[in-house]
Amino acid sequence: MIKRSFFKSKYLPYLLILPQMLVTLTFFYWPAIQGIIQSFLLSDPFGRQSKFVWFYNYIELFTDPLYLKSIFTTLVFSIAVASVSISLGLFIASMANRALRAKALVRTMLIWPYAVAPAISGIMWLFLLHPSYGVVALAIKKWLGVDWNPVLYGSDAMVMIVMASAWKQVSYNFVFFMAGLQAVPKSLIEAAAIDGASPFKRFWYITFPLLSPTFFFLTVMNIIYSFFETFGIIHTVTQGGPGGSTNILVYKVYQDGFVGLNLGSSSAQSVVLMSLIIVITFLQFKFVEKKVQYGG
Amino acid sequence: MVEKTPLLDFFTYAFLMLGIFIVGFPIIYSLIAATLPLEEVSKVPMPLIPGDQFMVNMKEAWSRGDLGTQIMNSFIMASGITFGKIVVSMIGAFSIVYFDYKFRVVAFASVFCTLMLPVEVRILPTYEMAANVLSPLQAIWDLLHLNGLVSWFSGNDISVTLNWSLLDSYSGLVFPLIASATCTFLFRQFFLTVPEELCEAAKMDGASPMTFFRKILFPLSKTNIAALVVIEFVYGYNQYLWPLLVTTNPKMTTAVIGLQNLIPQADDLPEWNLALGAAVLVMLPPVLVVLFMQRWFVKGLIEKEK
Repeated sequence: MIKRSFFKSKYLPYLLILPQMLVTLTFFYWPAIQGIIQSFLLSDPFGRQSKFVWFYNYIELFTDPLYLKSIFTTLVFSIAVASVSISLGLFIASMANRALRAKALVRTMLIWPYAVAPAISGIMWLFLLHPSYGVVALAIKKWLGVDWNPVLYGSDAMVMIVMASAWKQVSYNFVFFMAGLQAVPKSLIEAAAIDGASPFKRFWYITFPLLSPTFFFLTVMNIIYSFFETFGIIHTVTQGGPGGSTNILVYKVYQDGFVGLNLGSSSAQSVVLMSLIIVITFLQFKFVEKKVQYGG
Repeated sequence: MVEKTPLLDFFTYAFLMLGIFIVGFPIIYSLIAATLPLEEVSKVPMPLIPGDQFMVNMKEAWSRGDLGTQIMNSFIMASGITFGKIVVSMIGAFSIVYFDYKFRVVAFASVFCTLMLPVEVRILPTYEMAANVLSPLQAIWDLLHLNGLVSWFSGNDISVTLNWSLLDSYSGLVFPLIASATCTFLFRQFFLTVPEELCEAAKMDGASPMTFFRKILFPLSKTNIAALVVIEFVYGYNQYLWPLLVTTNPKMTTAVIGLQNLIPQADDLPEWNLALGAAVLVMLPPVLVVLFMQRWFVKGLIEKEK
């Protein structure tokens, strides 16, 4: 799409787009191509020699039980984070939307965790759930009678990173659900109320269906968040442990590439992640294309 | 509210309070921990009455973690990313929307393709790129066997190595993260809603493209810029993976990464008061930005993801 009235100039438009192209080419396209090439090579750890091996790295990857376990871990983790943070976000937003007084104050008190870095959220939850000092850990041990120890037990470590990741994401979901709730026409709600629908029924049959685009969008965003942005949490809290039980895909790319120096495998993993996110993006645009027009 | 539902209203407020409490609890608890001396903080459970060691702990954490340098680095990185992204994407969108030229569609499509691809999925090659930004030129050089050509011309054995590393530098922290299509997209969407008449009138008055950009488009975009400043500042300040990779020198690392060194490990003294005090301090700048620019923040967040 272009403006009906536009400027004509020989060099200016190229000059204006140049910085964007330069940055995109050097830090996006070139590395992406390099990564794809690298994923077909087998190199020694110092990158001095390499051999073209076709799909060897990919075959190795998908027959590696550790990688398959990592896929499973990532799925469990992202589903847990998305469901906890979306349901909490929706719940708090619908409560805040009902509240008549102090709306602005309530909003202020709920949105600031968005600005907290994932790694910092990780540090705080590491303390709260610390097996010997944490107060939440103490509560879990006392009230639930669980032998809580995220340093030893993989499932406990998973709960810990899910809590740290979901806590931060609740405010993001809250902002979007608030916007979605305020866009629900008042007249619909009033009409249903006159027909005798209770507040719960109104929520379930009117508000909830109208929120479904927001719901879909947030599901995608939360999954992307838990796939990629939670790297800081994993790195500060568990480092993928104990025994690989919290080793999600992004962390495995980092570990295999920068710690293990297995360049071919790490590149193949990057390519897999890249394809995954391209599919997600594509699906998302296909779904929302009616709302926004994207043309040339 | 449509009808009177006192019981439901009561629960609404009760749950809201509970929600705010759950959201705020980690921070409040960390703040309390930061005010306690070591013996108190390692008690189980930790007392909930703030102590008087806040300044002492902060001073100790400040000097031990070298927080002054690192927060400064974070600031430089976040501002660099914010400024760079907004400038690059604004003039880029201006070029795409207001000019007609051959490569317009190609340029737009190639930027569009990078949408949503975070640095996390291409870390290794991007790192190699940052270690030597001139590596594409080097590759072309090698491909054309220019070394042989140069030695043939000069009669000596000369080999040319192009090397420019961004590791452990501010440009290394900033430039790779400027490559993002979301801002360009947002500006493009916004420019398309600007009335055609403005451009026609400007042209009739004989304004050059850059005058139009400076005097009309820029002032119109102010709220969008404000919204993006909030979002991108928070994004830049909270980066984790990229600074972890490109910086090895503790003088160049960012505050969020530096905090890692303050976390007590299994054999250390459990100095959680220092770690949590530092954590609260480090998170303060982006939290303040979000709180004080809340209106633009909410706008930016929602517009950006459309």
